[in-house]
Amino acid sequence: MTSLVLFYLAGALTLGGAVGVVGTRNIVHAALFLLVSLMGVAGIYLLVFAEFLALVQVLIYGGAIVIVVLFALMLTRLQEFRGPMENPQWPLAAIAAVALFGVIAAAIIQTRLPAGLERLGPGVKEIGQSLFTQWAIPFEVASVLLLVALIGAIVIARAGGRD
Amino acid sequence: MITLVHLQVLSAGLFCIGLYGVLARRSAVLILLAIELMLNAVNVNLIGLAAFVDHGQFMGQIIAIFVITVAAAEVGLALAIILRLYRNRGSVNVDQLNMMKW
Repeated sequence: MTSLVLFYLAGALTLGGAVGVVGTRNIVHAALFLLVSLMGVAGIYLLVFAEFLALVQVLIYGGAIVIVVLFALMLTRLQEFRGPMENPQWPLAAIAAVALFGVIAAAIIQTRLPAGLERLGPGVKEIGQSLFTQWAIPFEVASVLLLVALIGAIVIARAGGRD
Repeated sequence: MITLVHLQVLSAGLFCIGLYGVLARRSAVLILLAIELMLNAVNVNLIGLAAFVDHGQFMGQIIAIFVITVAAAEVGLALAIILRLYRNRGSVNVDQLNMMKW
């Protein structure tokens, strides 16, 4: 029972933050609302016993991604965005989003899903062991991807060069 | 008691809010933030399935870790591109970025 209350709390935080991200006019506020939403998601991970993912969520999203977005906003003064924040097709976008939600929700409700968390999920130790044995090659590929993205970002954002 | 339906409806809601943001916003930074919301919706779904269906296994969690890794790489590159766009064009309004159209 108490876990359900906590779930609704974290879910309200997540969805409220998400609505803030797509609704606010201020881009810095949007980045901060994103942080709220992502911390709500971390709470949900904790509720389904994925504590390693909750830690990763707080570290990577809260500690890295939102900070990088805020740095980029500071460097470009993008918060002084002129004109309307939505493009003319926003009513269509709203219809598409609501319709997609209706379809997915109907599909979820009609599907027979297994109920109940039966046991604690795997701990950090099991995930770490699996990541470095069974999933070692995808792990290495992911690190190469990060390296390539890092070099690419430096090359693209470097001062000077051709316009 | 939390059930899988709760998690999946939450995930669908988060994904659709992100979809609205991607389709309706004009600033490239806000579109990027909405894409992050959609990636998180996918992660919530993966974690939910890992917790409720895949007892004892943790493939869902491992895949969610890779999704987070790719999201981090994507944010870094996208912000570099946005920085470059701002420097070259003075704007990151996606309505005005039509130099590859004719």
